[in-house]
Amino acid sequence: MTFLKSISDVHLDILKEVGNIGAGHAATALSTLLNKKIDMKVPSVRVVSFDEVMDLAGGADNVVASVFLRIEGDAPGSMFFILPLPQAEKYIGQLTKNYSFSFSEEPDNELALSALQELGNILSGSYLSSLSDFTKLSLYPSVPALSIDMVGAVISFGLLELSQVSDYAIVIDTALDEEDAQLPDSVNGHFFLLPDPDSFHIIFSALGVRVDA
Amino acid sequence: MHKTAEIIKVGIADMNMVKVPDLIRTTGLGSCVGVVLYDQAREMAGMAHVMLPDSSLSRAEPLNKAKFANTAIKELLNALIKAGARPSGIKAKIAGGAQMFQFSGSSDMMRIGPRNVEAVLHELKELRIPVIAQDVGGNSGRTIEFDPKTGFMQIRTVNKGNSEI
Repeated sequence: MTFLKSISDVHLDILKEVGNIGAGHAATALSTLLNKKIDMKVPSVRVVSFDEVMDLAGGADNVVASVFLRIEGDAPGSMFFILPLPQAEKYIGQLTKNYSFSFSEEPDNELALSALQELGNILSGSYLSSLSDFTKLSLYPSVPALSIDMVGAVISFGLLELSQVSDYAIVIDTALDEEDAQLPDSVNGHFFLLPDPDSFHIIFSALGVRVDA
Repeated sequence: MHKTAEIIKVGIADMNMVKVPDLIRTTGLGSCVGVVLYDQAREMAGMAHVMLPDSSLSRAEPLNKAKFANTAIKELLNALIKAGARPSGIKAKIAGGAQMFQFSGSSDMMRIGPRNVEAVLHELKELRIPVIAQDVGGNSGRTIEFDPKTGFMQIRTVNKGNSEI
């Protein structure tokens, strides 16, 4: 894990702030979009093995709705917005007014998938643009792609760049929560930000923090 | 007394071996390829969860051999032979290598699934290991489980249910 050697607690705190700002804006966007109060958990920044990345999103076998985009520009990386299927169905209901939509019955419903993709698009776009404002770095989102599939299959794609230098990832994870969610385990969505290995020192130096190589 | 069958798990960029009655499984293969080498007469099998095609892509020390097609399969083969498999009896089944996302992007990483499959097949050919069955490509994630007793690989996908090769 050589690329992680120069990362200290101070750096992890800075990445936490990065997650805080990005996801804060995304939460506001979600709140506006659904006209509901959305809470945001304090972001966690962890250095974890690839298998543990999967565990953070519910396990490699867990089926989720995920919007994935590549961050291009000064500090490339991967970003995921991940929703458990029941919550994705709920949001689709609210956005399309089709409250009976279910992935098990109509997995190919184009309107539903498009609404979900747009939700991911808006949220990750607002996450990224606030990050770009904060760091003064040019960060462009690729067109987001939607996948309803196993966590392992989806997230491993975002680990490819990191996998060339390490078996570990720094995951900036922020959970969004609908305030009046009835479900007992009501974590509604997760943002995962996975900067490419070379992007860490670019982010740190943009924020005026030295990394001793 | 019968030993209870266990399921041995293989993580991402990881490998392991089993003997009857145990099963071996890896979950959530996307662009990664699950490679099973097995000697059915000796009732043993090894599985690798290959993430990248070639170890020349690695900038990490030490090298995780299980991560790359060109190093994982050799390593698995040697481990099986050391554990008692007959080199001439070893066969392969593979699954995975999907393209999970459709991007217009130009990066090589965007078509890593097919590249992983090519690299795995190339390496198996080099090592003269016959490929008995494969379920590769497409755009669905796969969970695979291999039974060294029967030589069958169960494949589960989200949209297409279960199949067996």
